[in-house]
Amino acid sequence: MTEYIVPLLIFFAAALALRKKENAYDLLIAGGAEGLMLLFSIIPALVLLMTAVQMLKASGAVALFSSAAAPLLSFLGIPPETAMLVLIRPISGSAALAVGADLMAEYGPDSLIGRTAAVMLGSTETTFYTLSVYFGAAGVKKTRYALPAALFADLVGFCMASWSVRLLY
Amino acid sequence: MIMSWIFCIFTGVSCICAAVTGNGSALAAAVPEGAQAGITLAVSLAGSLCLWTGIGKLLEHTGVTAALSRLTAPLLHRIFPGTGADPVLAEKLSGNICANFLGLGNAATPMGIQAVKRMAEKAAPGCASDEMCRLIVLNTASIQLIPVTVAAVRASLGCATPFDLLPAVWLTSLFSAGLGVAAAFFLGKVWGHD
Repeated sequence: MTEYIVPLLIFFAAALALRKKENAYDLLIAGGAEGLMLLFSIIPALVLLMTAVQMLKASGAVALFSSAAAPLLSFLGIPPETAMLVLIRPISGSAALAVGADLMAEYGPDSLIGRTAAVMLGSTETTFYTLSVYFGAAGVKKTRYALPAALFADLVGFCMASWSVRLLY
Repeated sequence: MIMSWIFCIFTGVSCICAAVTGNGSALAAAVPEGAQAGITLAVSLAGSLCLWTGIGKLLEHTGVTAALSRLTAPLLHRIFPGTGADPVLAEKLSGNICANFLGLGNAATPMGIQAVKRMAEKAAPGCASDEMCRLIVLNTASIQLIPVTVAAVRASLGCATPFDLLPAVWLTSLFSAGLGVAAAFFLGKVWGHD
């Protein structure tokens, strides 16, 4: 079933645009160019953070941190190997992508850990960044319970990612 | 500034940790490997990102985002009662959430900012209102239809079915957004106005 979602979505988007007399092809081209520009702009960050993440891994720090966090994470049902991802995900999107991609490469995209990392990445956001952008724009200094509530949502996301992967695959 | 700190801490901890565990040569080898891995990751994302931002633009122009906004209006009204008296706020809010849902981060953020600014006009100056906190939670919980980036990474690693994790992503997003908003409602009742 799920394998038809994406191809059908692509077809319907284009067909709908044609029906509305929009130039579907030109829109796809223009949007694609924007996407590539966006990617181009984050390449330096990806290189820097991938370097830092690989250094952390090679030095043995990731393994140390994972084993230190293992009791708590295991208690929550989260694979301890994803400890770095859980730590960095709310803080930096590019760093989380670097850590998550590395986990998928190391354990394989279809492994329990690879899938869990993928679901974590796909279903959570860069909480601190979002908070600072929105509240910064509105001039809000007293953020009250926004951060605890958002971090709680992240925690639910990390747990659900681990449980749903175990349950569904 | 926070990224400077992260980079400094990551590299500093690596050096200390490698010195203690005697992993010096592996640490040095990791530098060029990591840098190249950054480029490899970017290249593996390029195709999917290019295609999906194109599809995203199509969906936006054909009014799919607007149609989704109308569908979600009743639900949004429950989470943000303030939208009842303010149709412009309702439009910005649903636009923000629906653009996020379709993975249009570039379109979502400006609308979210406009919504927060509008809420700020009616709130105590410099203080987050309950509705603002709920908006933050909904945005950080990231309800996304197709997690494009993740699927692209999986595909680049030779995964035959990169999209088969969609149900898990949806389930996870629903729970984190739902429980997050519930927590925000609860905290709104017990948390003072500082």
